[in-house]
Amino acid sequence: MAVDQTYRRLSRRSLIKLTAAGGLASALPSTFLCPEALAQGRKVLNTMITPEPPIAVPGINNQGPTLIVGSKLFEGLLSYSPRLGARPALAKSWEVGSDDLTYTFNLQTGVTWHDGKPFSADDVVFNLTKLHPEVNPRLRATLANIESAVAKDPATVVIKLKTPFEPFILNFDATTLPMLPKHLYEGTDVRNNPANQNPVGTGPFRFGEWQRGNFIRFVKFDKYWQPGKPTLDEIVYRIIPDSNLRGVALQSGQVQMAAFNDIEAFDVPRFRGLPNLEVAINGWELFAPLSWIDINNRVKPLDNPKVRRALSMAIDRNFILNRLWFGVGKVATSPICSSTKFHDASVRLPAFSVAEANKLLDEAGLPRKADGTRFELRFMTLPYGEIWNRLGEYIRQAFGQIGVKLNAEAVDAATWARRVGEWDYDLTVNFVYQWGDPTIGVERTYVSSNIQKITFTNTMGYSNPKVDAAFLKARQSAKAEDRQAAFSEVQKILVDEMPVIWLLELAFPTITDKRLKNVITSATGIHDNFAGVTLG
Amino acid sequence: MDASHFLMFLVQRLIKALGVVIGVVILAFFLVRLAPGDPALVIAGQSGAADAQFLAQLRQQFGLDKSLGTQLLIYLKGIATLDFGYSHRVQRTVGSLIAERLPATILLTATAFIFAVSVGVTLGVLAARRVGTWADSLITVIALTCYATPLFWVGLIFILVFSIWLNWLPAIGMYSIGEDLHGLAFAWDVAQYLVLPSLTLGLFFMALYARLTRASMLEVATQDFVRTARAKGLKEGPIVRRHILRNALLPVIGFAGVQAGTIVGGSVLVETVFAWPGVGRLAFEALLARDYNLLLGVFIVTSAMAVVINLITDVIYALVDPRIEVGA
Repeated sequence: MAVDQTYRRLSRRSLIKLTAAGGLASALPSTFLCPEALAQGRKVLNTMITPEPPIAVPGINNQGPTLIVGSKLFEGLLSYSPRLGARPALAKSWEVGSDDLTYTFNLQTGVTWHDGKPFSADDVVFNLTKLHPEVNPRLRATLANIESAVAKDPATVVIKLKTPFEPFILNFDATTLPMLPKHLYEGTDVRNNPANQNPVGTGPFRFGEWQRGNFIRFVKFDKYWQPGKPTLDEIVYRIIPDSNLRGVALQSGQVQMAAFNDIEAFDVPRFRGLPNLEVAINGWELFAPLSWIDINNRVKPLDNPKVRRALSMAIDRNFILNRLWFGVGKVATSPICSSTKFHDASVRLPAFSVAEANKLLDEAGLPRKADGTRFELRFMTLPYGEIWNRLGEYIRQAFGQIGVKLNAEAVDAATWARRVGEWDYDLTVNFVYQWGDPTIGVERTYVSSNIQKITFTNTMGYSNPKVDAAFLKARQSAKAEDRQAAFSEVQKILVDEMPVIWLLELAFPTITDKRLKNVITSATGIHDNFAGVTLG
Repeated sequence: MDASHFLMFLVQRLIKALGVVIGVVILAFFLVRLAPGDPALVIAGQSGAADAQFLAQLRQQFGLDKSLGTQLLIYLKGIATLDFGYSHRVQRTVGSLIAERLPATILLTATAFIFAVSVGVTLGVLAARRVGTWADSLITVIALTCYATPLFWVGLIFILVFSIWLNWLPAIGMYSIGEDLHGLAFAWDVAQYLVLPSLTLGLFFMALYARLTRASMLEVATQDFVRTARAKGLKEGPIVRRHILRNALLPVIGFAGVQAGTIVGGSVLVETVFAWPGVGRLAFEALLARDYNLLLGVFIVTSAMAVVINLITDVIYALVDPRIEVGA
């Protein structure tokens, strides 16, 4: 997960004004000029990116904005349908051997890098065996399982795994395993390679210009391998730090698309009402960001599953979804998102009930004191923008009803990351990507082998040998049925023991001008290469 | 004040200034490291997945595995050769990043400064000359309003009125992207983008200068030498210009020096509200990402500018009022 939304913090104060400004603005006709948008009949997509990414090369940097921007320049071997089925990209077809170990990828022919050099199987092998194992911590375990990767001919790559790994096929899209050019990266210091400043990919757009703090411009790649594509001439990502101003830019037509962090969920109703705009909340199925209250399981009385269960029951997730997120997203029902494979629909979180929660706490031997409270906890709010503050306020209020007093601690993103990494918290909020398969995106949060002093590991310190065993079984099974059985067991145990309190399956709104078509067509939505996007 | 005396003064002040800058470097070096979290942790956190190996790699790459003293030495050595180091997050040299963003901030703040001083002093003089009339009241009310209104709110109202309602001026950015303008056409384009942010930034100080000038003028006007000038039968015009204004301007100049010195820090908010690609926001982003080198680079460049501006203020002070001893 984890995208630094703290840029919003500065502008939070001005949000109050937004209500005034936004309300007034919506009552007025859109007269704001966008001279560059339609200049000389060139099809330029003006959009935004928040916050500004450090570089535009996915793989070397994996922050959300980098993935969104970089996927226009770089491509993966595959892409995924909204139901997570594999679809061709740089690979036109692929086969999995009957041993469940051999993967053969047949590549598209006639693909060139933006600098004119041909793309070939050697590039793929280099990415699989050298580049990504070095720079991409998320892929390290997956790629370490590769016994060999060989270029049989310029258009064929054969990968042999050490052990069967069913979710292997979910690792080949542009956000996970983008293909970077071997001829520019081989034998260099990859993280400081000059090519990171002038990216060279195979995508439909090539790097144009980047004015730090102002805009990033990509232009059409004339030698793109798919004939007749792309149809856009340019994509301009504007860097607009203030969320009010982003709203103004969208509403006035100065940009034709807002996505990801650009517009806060509570502004969405305002844009839903505008006739020239469309709001979509799909296109996040692969990432499936799941939000939860992160619990330090070492802290008393949070080490008692009964207490964690009581806290979970004190929370009205429908209120959070409808009143805070204005319907963008879904209520979480289990530790595995509904769009992620092996989600078990029969597993359910205990229903919202303040009375039941109070009863559980009484049973746990934590009676109310004279002042009405049972115990106090420290609570770090997530410093990623206004909406997380509002969520924090709701949680404080909800826990107050069952006599749990939260002492809020406001921190900035770096401090938050450090304190979670050092286990220096009682409660906080977090959201984590699930990456399509529980072995890839869910396991890491709950297995005891991943209890580390590093953010986005099992920082809560939850440990259950049964859960460890089930995750391991699922990881090593080649058959989907066996994996389903293991994951169903995991979901039942986790919901029972509640190591974290799951809240929402998050989504980010994509708001587009109605003239813009074919934006979201896959499980990665705005992270697609935009080759087929048209601006009418 | 003769030439050699003045030169001595300049050399002395420059040495002092250098000392101040070195002090700032060392202090800043430790201050930024006081904030919890380091750049490796931030980057690892933002990557969404990290392991100990990845963190160790990053720390080694950033030089964070060395002792603080060694890090400081390496840094000072770099600064001595005007090498501000490397931003690992953005993968660019700090020098190039600052060089790219500084002109935007200087343009914005210099315009705001000129606007604030010229309009503020003019309004202050007008008010003082017409003290007690409706013009004085009007100017005082305007000054008070501008003084009391928060910057970001002014900015948003400007955007609402001049960009959205009237559609006269652009609100976002510094120039039209994709127009490929040059020469005068480009200057005109930038000028239009400059109006709202520089007004927003300048209004507060304009109000200050107006109030300061007015009060100072009124005070000086009651002094003996003014009465003497009047008694000698001098005309009102020269009295106001040469006796009153010249003396009344001293506190204004002092304050202008202060404003010019704090100009970069003050622009963060305006750069945010108008998406102005300046160095203030660069520093803010660097702070959030614990991008030590970049943050320090901005600190040093801006504090060096502040020191230089201070020096210039002192010189101007001396020129306006020769009674002030520069060497003292």
